[in-house]
Amino acid sequence: MPSILGTRVKRVEDPRFLTVGGTYVDDLRDPRLDGALWLTFVRSSVAHARLASIDTSSAAAAPGVVAIYTFADLSVEPQLSMPAFNEAMKRPALADGVVRFVGEPIVAILTEQRSQGEDAAEFVVVDYDPLPVVVDPVEAAADEVLLFPEAGTNTAYGRVREPDPTLFEGCDAVVHMTLYNRRLAVAPLEVKGCAAVPAEDGRMVVWLSSQGAHTAVASLQAALGTEDLHIITPDVGGGFGAKNGASAEDIVVCRVAQLQGRAIRWAETRTENVLTMQGRGQVQTVTMGGTRDGRILAYRVDILGDAGAYPMIGAFLPMATRMMAPGVYDMPKVEVIARSVVTNTAPQMAYRGAGRPEATAAVERTIERFAAEIGMDAAEVRRRNLVPKFVEPHKTPVGTTYDIGDYPAALELVLEAAGYDALRKEQASRRAAGDRLQLGIGIATYVEITAFGGSEYARIEVKDDGSAVVYTGTSPHGQGHHTSFAMIASERTGIPIERINLVWGDTDLVPTGGGTGGSRSLQLGGSAVLQTTDLLVEEARQRAAQQLEANPEDLVLDTEAGRFHVAGSPTAGRTWAEVAGNDGLAVASDFTQPSGTFPFGAHVAVVEVDTETGQVELTRFIAVDDAGTMINPLIVEGQRHGGIAQGAAQALCEEFIYDADGNPLTSNLADFTFISTCELPSFELVPMETPTPMNPLGAKGIGEAGTIGATPAVQNAVVDAVAHLGVRHIDIPCTPERVWTAIQEASK
Amino acid sequence: MKVTLTINGARHSHDVEPRTLLVHFIRDNVGLTGTNIGCDTSSCGACTVHLDGEAVKSCTILAAQVDGRELRTIEGLAAADGTLHPMQQAFHENHGLQCGFCTPGMVMAAVSLLDDVPHPTEREVREGLEGNLCRCTGYHNIVKAVMAAGGSK
Repeated sequence: MPSILGTRVKRVEDPRFLTVGGTYVDDLRDPRLDGALWLTFVRSSVAHARLASIDTSSAAAAPGVVAIYTFADLSVEPQLSMPAFNEAMKRPALADGVVRFVGEPIVAILTEQRSQGEDAAEFVVVDYDPLPVVVDPVEAAADEVLLFPEAGTNTAYGRVREPDPTLFEGCDAVVHMTLYNRRLAVAPLEVKGCAAVPAEDGRMVVWLSSQGAHTAVASLQAALGTEDLHIITPDVGGGFGAKNGASAEDIVVCRVAQLQGRAIRWAETRTENVLTMQGRGQVQTVTMGGTRDGRILAYRVDILGDAGAYPMIGAFLPMATRMMAPGVYDMPKVEVIARSVVTNTAPQMAYRGAGRPEATAAVERTIERFAAEIGMDAAEVRRRNLVPKFVEPHKTPVGTTYDIGDYPAALELVLEAAGYDALRKEQASRRAAGDRLQLGIGIATYVEITAFGGSEYARIEVKDDGSAVVYTGTSPHGQGHHTSFAMIASERTGIPIERINLVWGDTDLVPTGGGTGGSRSLQLGGSAVLQTTDLLVEEARQRAAQQLEANPEDLVLDTEAGRFHVAGSPTAGRTWAEVAGNDGLAVASDFTQPSGTFPFGAHVAVVEVDTETGQVELTRFIAVDDAGTMINPLIVEGQRHGGIAQGAAQALCEEFIYDADGNPLTSNLADFTFISTCELPSFELVPMETPTPMNPLGAKGIGEAGTIGATPAVQNAVVDAVAHLGVRHIDIPCTPERVWTAIQEASK
Repeated sequence: MKVTLTINGARHSHDVEPRTLLVHFIRDNVGLTGTNIGCDTSSCGACTVHLDGEAVKSCTILAAQVDGRELRTIEGLAAADGTLHPMQQAFHENHGLQCGFCTPGMVMAAVSLLDDVPHPTEREVREGLEGNLCRCTGYHNIVKAVMAAGGSK
């Protein structure tokens, strides 16, 4: 029978989503939530202030108001999201005397009906005593305005280090730039929501819109002072890294449920979502030096991460950028300085790629700047500096060890698929003709890290009807886990995929789990399913042997029929249903991968730039993404498409903007330029598979790859389109205004 | 005030506040949660339904404004025997959905688009769906699905 693995199986998840829609937190009609009260937050309208007073008396008298909470009423200790951060920068779930960003929750109002909360919130009067505001991380790094005076610094993580003055000795050509990797609204289509109900047995049942039920346990336990939690993640409408664990608002919802002894629900608005769920935000000072014949000798990147008002995972991400700073290049000397500082803006979350897109953006933009400096084709400079193909681990100057790679092949594949030489000819002819619409060709080669090592749990249960249930500690929110995991379990058992169900996101049904993030699910969760499947088959073989009074070694599993029988005599046998019997058959195991895997690829973006208006149109996007063995190419392609769109969006149009006083200027989807169908072409994908030796599937992560390559490819293409006019750099997003201004400045 | 609507062929009457949005009527009063709310500025299209056969964003209309009229939501698109509508089938075949949150609105908008332009070009599909946002798919397979459903190449 041909293997189901590697085939384009259509998703088993789809019919439900297509006919009645998923069941997201806000859709829950669980009887335990009948009569639930609704929570509404009053949020700060200023970026930095002391709370002189909070008057809730009028709100308390508004229709339907049951209770009103401020920080003091909750008795929840402020939390530090990671132990490595500056200890003085703990975050209270509701503002504790000081607000530090617009959108920070100050008051929680509990009402009988949902709409009553919005009405009552209008009556809360907060008297703000303004404090000086710092929005720019470079200014924050000067420590003149402090967000946490008791910390004595704005540095949340990392440290300042003196650069090596000898790093660029012996270089004939050196380029130096400041790059801005802008803040973005993560903007999953489903906003955050939470529902909590204290159960009669003293437990708390919590539904979260989260990328992992288990990853929310610790912070909720700490906040509630109870270990007895049952956390459930129903369908989740996208996460993109920013729905990890429990949010400050989730903590308030659960604590209020605990205090009230009643079911409480909350769902934020889109405005609340974009005010509080942001990612990226780095200022990178880059220097690259080498020889005039295109050999790079040294590279330095000084990363200043904008952590926002309280250090969350975003404050840690400059370290992920550091790990991947040299990218695919064999550069003898690499120096990375990384730290993050707090500013009066939204706390930074992880966003698709989480630190690795920033690394790729820096090195890929800089190498093109270097190519322009020495007058060499950007593809050729890359060729001369790529790490050659390797099958043994490769250690970089920053100490990261890549598993396996063939970067030159990826680059040549994408250039060929793009028709690079023909594109250059077309560009030359448009330049010679002085066309208004100029062609730009941008390249990005990349390597990233996925899964970061770790363990994942899987359990497989066969029922007496021969169907199976896979339990996983990973947590889907669009990635098609059910289909991929069912394919893996089906492959070696012969149980058809339509008879394999998936259970996830429930701390009562699944004992441990790392959720879904960092492109970990298939390689860790999928490998756990594979390993558990093998254990299950062995267990079943033993049982079937007993039933058949045969030697287990003599039994074979006919995966076409889903039946064990003695080799050579198929008449007497046992089906999965018979083997499982009334008691069923279940096996569980944890799969451990000692370290991360390193997917790589190469992207080419083609743009047309209107030299009179600065308007950019992305006309083609060609991608080679090597994530190792593909279990389901249909799903892998979908992940690549989505990633490319988000990466291109960062280069073309998306940016979360604050003014100098910390007022958000893009606080909803009318103002935040979320990329739409019209700004994008269909993508041209080229397959490449280099299996990793790190796990039995040979799979690396694919969830973030597209995003990582696409941003610099598109940015490089825009700069390339107008390079002949003297333009050497344009910041992202490459809006018409920025492109037009760059053209005007270059022509001066 | 009392608002009566025919939704997917069934009549629904509810007493609601005059300010009730159509999408809240559909979700909270009628209990059809396939229609989603993804924004507060009528930007995302997750709440798209058919009002007398035309796609509308149900967050931009008061329930009271459409009293007595006929609605179709995602729950009413497949045939009574469960057979998927050709657009639903095309989304399935072409992996046109991931997390599923934009999907009901996207499918309803796409059905309406093909009513107006039966065999659209890629550009027409892209322009026709500009008001429906998706964060997962990069739109690639959505566009492909709509083209397939429209018999376009």
